Amino acid sequence: MGEALIHNTIWFILLFPLLGVLINGFFGYRLGKRVVGVVGPAAVGLAFLAACGMFIGVVQSHHAVVSTLYSWITVGDFDVSLALRADPLSSLMALVVSGVGFLIHVYSVGYMAEDERFTRFFTQLNLFAFSMLLLVLGNNFLVMFVGWELVGLCSYLLIGFWFERDAPADAGKKAFLVTRIGDFGFALGVMLIFTTFRTLDFEQVFERAPELLPVGSTIATAITLLLFMGAVGKSAQIPLYVWLPDAMEGPTPVSALIHAATMVTAGVYMVARTHVLFELAPLSMSVVAWIGVVTAFFAASMALVQNDLKRILAYSTISQLGYMFVGVGVGAYAAGIFHLTTHAFFKALLFLGAGSVMHALSGELNIQKMGGLKDKIRWTYWTFLVGALALSGFPFFSGFFSKDEILWKAYENAGLWLWLVGIVTAFMTAFYSFRAVFVPFWGQSRLDKKIAHHVHESPQVMIVPLVILAVLAFLGGYMGLPHFLGGSAVEGFLSPVFAAEEGAHVAEAGAHAAGVGLEVTFMGISVVVALAGIGLAYFMYVARPTVPVALAKGLGPLYTLLFNKYYVDELYMAVVVNPLKGLAGWLARVFDARGIDGLVNGIAAFFGWSGQTTRKVQTGSVRSYALSILLGVVVLVGYFVLR
Amino acid sequence: MNQLGFPLLSLIIFLPLCGAVVTLFLRKEAVIKWWALIVTVANFFLSLPLYFYFQSGTAEMQFVERIPWMLSLGVSYHLGIDGISLFLVLLTTFLIPVAVLSSWTYITEKVKEYMILMLLMETSMVGVFAALDLILFYVFWEATLIPMYFLIGIWGGERRIYAAVKFFLYTLAGSALMLVAIFVLYFMNAQATGRPTFDLLELQKFSVPLAAQTWLFLAFALGFAIKVPLFPFHTWLPDAHVEAPTAGSVILAGVLLKMGAYGFIRFCLPLFPAAFAYFVPLMSILAIIGIIYGSLVAFSQSDVKSLVAYSSVAHLGFVVLGIFALNAQGLSGGILQMVNHGLSTGALFLLVGMLYERRHTRLIDEFGGLWKQLPLFGIFLLIVTLSSIGLPGLNGFIGEFTILVGTFQANWIYAALAATGIVLGAWYMLTMLRRVMHGPLDKPANRQLQDLSAREIVVLVPVVIFIFLIGLFPNLFFGKMESSVDTLLSQTRATISMGEPNP
Repeated sequence: MGEALIHNTIWFILLFPLLGVLINGFFGYRLGKRVVGVVGPAAVGLAFLAACGMFIGVVQSHHAVVSTLYSWITVGDFDVSLALRADPLSSLMALVVSGVGFLIHVYSVGYMAEDERFTRFFTQLNLFAFSMLLLVLGNNFLVMFVGWELVGLCSYLLIGFWFERDAPADAGKKAFLVTRIGDFGFALGVMLIFTTFRTLDFEQVFERAPELLPVGSTIATAITLLLFMGAVGKSAQIPLYVWLPDAMEGPTPVSALIHAATMVTAGVYMVARTHVLFELAPLSMSVVAWIGVVTAFFAASMALVQNDLKRILAYSTISQLGYMFVGVGVGAYAAGIFHLTTHAFFKALLFLGAGSVMHALSGELNIQKMGGLKDKIRWTYWTFLVGALALSGFPFFSGFFSKDEILWKAYENAGLWLWLVGIVTAFMTAFYSFRAVFVPFWGQSRLDKKIAHHVHESPQVMIVPLVILAVLAFLGGYMGLPHFLGGSAVEGFLSPVFAAEEGAHVAEAGAHAAGVGLEVTFMGISVVVALAGIGLAYFMYVARPTVPVALAKGLGPLYTLLFNKYYVDELYMAVVVNPLKGLAGWLARVFDARGIDGLVNGIAAFFGWSGQTTRKVQTGSVRSYALSILLGVVVLVGYFVLR
Repeated sequence: MNQLGFPLLSLIIFLPLCGAVVTLFLRKEAVIKWWALIVTVANFFLSLPLYFYFQSGTAEMQFVERIPWMLSLGVSYHLGIDGISLFLVLLTTFLIPVAVLSSWTYITEKVKEYMILMLLMETSMVGVFAALDLILFYVFWEATLIPMYFLIGIWGGERRIYAAVKFFLYTLAGSALMLVAIFVLYFMNAQATGRPTFDLLELQKFSVPLAAQTWLFLAFALGFAIKVPLFPFHTWLPDAHVEAPTAGSVILAGVLLKMGAYGFIRFCLPLFPAAFAYFVPLMSILAIIGIIYGSLVAFSQSDVKSLVAYSSVAHLGFVVLGIFALNAQGLSGGILQMVNHGLSTGALFLLVGMLYERRHTRLIDEFGGLWKQLPLFGIFLLIVTLSSIGLPGLNGFIGEFTILVGTFQANWIYAALAATGIVLGAWYMLTMLRRVMHGPLDKPANRQLQDLSAREIVVLVPVVIFIFLIGLFPNLFFGKMESSVDTLLSQTRATISMGEPNP
């Protein structure tokens, strides 16, 4: 009976947002803001209800269910259907995407109320919801790739939503192009999968992979590294993370939904989804885990010194995505997905909170120009605080459980080093999270007089989503309790997808598996580190506000390096973009215009010249003709005589 | 053989010619325009039965007509289409009315002559795709040059004479060798079989000696490579495009370039299969250079139209790469990508033309922030751009991806190199979009611009419908090609693997 429920609901998850796009896209301007503001959130809300239906169906049925709409591309044996897949992983993702998506849509009704392109905003936001749901529900690599590319398009459009200004327009373009470099790898990976397995269907690929490819084989490594290249682009990991900080030029709900809660997690989802292939390539797994942890570390270090509230959160997102890759990279897929889920709650909350601050301060984002806001916008402050506690891994908040699960598994499956970098990053995380709480919300007001005059709390339609997300950011962690506290509901639910492989890792790492005592000790260390980070932030920004300035001076070069984000953008410009532009210019102006076309025109000119030259022989003068005849006769006679 | 019992192909070919003759006697410009539009639209509807009555399960030529023409020489009036030519005929009959309607206000002088040339253009192009006799093919092939020469030379921009002469001479030079090769083939076949014929289907049965295949392939290939145009034979294209009137560019990019790629499939592959296989590396590498080089040069253009022209070099590189992958995905993808390129690049030229009509410039630096002033135009430009850079859900993705899947199986390095075109394509197109449509609307002249008129929307909407249709339901197209492609490939493979040594 679960199967029937799935077939009855799964297509509606996509249909509702699509209808939202069509209704608002074609008729939005005639319907007016009021109707658009109902249709947009309702489309995603209904998709959430459908996703709940599918979730129940998945719980009831004990195997994955595939629903095929039609045969999309058939060329020779390349045969791809438009098909969706319902299993624990896809249903959990669908719930997160549509649930958090719905809350952000509701929030946007308030946040975007004054914008002249209100309709356009909701059309594109619904298109995003549709695309993201397609990505997580697709049953083969190509349908996943369609969703993958379409979310990229929505990201491009929504980052550049205020396209009249140069910065958003450039940021949107940058996001699309940088992620497309990753997609280049992803597309090649899909081609290699087809060439190897003659199918792109998840089930068939995963079934045949262990038979066809031995563990550690070159093809398995190549496939997974190429796929991971896509993830590095989309999930903003080193070296392709540079687009995400700039993406903050988009409206804040977009940053919350796309560039924190959902789209950027697509890479993590993809690795989890294709984990059967990654299991066959231990090298790729190590690459995933190490890129993850290094990104987590560097992004967190950049977040330490940013002054733009949204950019702090952006670097934090990059860093947290790094943690998720550590999780899936060490084979703890359920832990990775668990952190993805809790992160969706608390990071969406933090971004929407930042949006609420902007709303209160007429768009101000520089935390150095804020201060003392906690009594003026209380709801925003308290919900933001919950988000920051969850992010910094404060005990009993959601981030505490999910991050700790990853760190523990990293130690258990891969050893001390990965854990050590992770725990140092956790310290920085706690510090920058509370820097983002103390500097804007505590202390003296440093606001502009004009702005300070009309600081106001956001309307209900924005506050209610904040409160719901705050509740989720607190309670979300109890879905994934550690083993000694009763075990993880998320892990149990996802076990049909991951169980076999995760079990293998535990067995392999048997030597490390050191029992409850060690796990509790590690958890204790995490708690201490989180509290220390928060404490240091309190010391520097509340107790001794002069310290940061002194520190910035004292550590001059390091501070400058961090503040300028290690000069990576500048490096890419100098090493990649500008040389390519130079080459393009040279090819166009010199090689093509003068070289190739010069040759073509040269050939034409040669025939023109030879015609002009030989024409001069035809003088029309009879005497010169007679002279040439005479000369010819002399030469010929001479030849025959002297022969 | 002919499932309709009715010479439909002849009707489609000669209806525009008859329409052109009638146009001679019309006086009023408005009447001439409407007449040309009615004739071309009618011709499009006439060509639709080609799709609906086309039988998918067979690789035989369909809608065949065959009348002896010059009997003693073995020339016949032989027409027919298969799954390879079907969509090129339909693309032609579809794009011509679009081009006519797009010229409504753009062409103000010599309207009668213009419309006559457009109609002649249609006759000769459909003829190229339907001819199954080499002489008939050659006649139509060369006949396409004349109307286009005048379209560029009379209604073109400032350097129109230079561009028109260059276009004419360059492509004529290419096809001159092809004519020689046709005769060589004819005499070789006549000597070997004793039955002199120019009939393509007869000649396909004759296996050309290997030594000769190489030279004949090269002679045909040069003509086709110039037409495509394949790097390094492409420099006539930007000149022709930049100077041509909008409709001329639409037809040039939409249909004329396809004649070259079509020639490779229709003639080079079945007639000289061994040579075809032998030249796969050379042609593939030229195609890949075309993709990367075309994209880079496109990026540096300051004129939108010449940017689109160079993007054609890149896109046609994909088509040729697919054809020379010599497998089902590559070849079918290549054929579909011809149609896709006709639609998306055709639409890009239409949009650039609409911009030029308003602003009388095509320099990218003269624009900026236009979306605010022209939102409707912006939506169309966005959709067409996305189609051109291969966004899934739209047509370009289907073609590019199937081509790459085919290429990957033949040679993964080629596929990896060509796939950089996906990134580069997005780079130059989105940069163009950024500079033209986004940013502040800071040039006073751009603040006066009017958004699209109803007529312009009518021009664009059908193209956009097909962009979505192919993207969402490509099997409507692949299904019709399947038998022809499979049969062509299996015949080729059989001939190549007959144990013949490499030429």
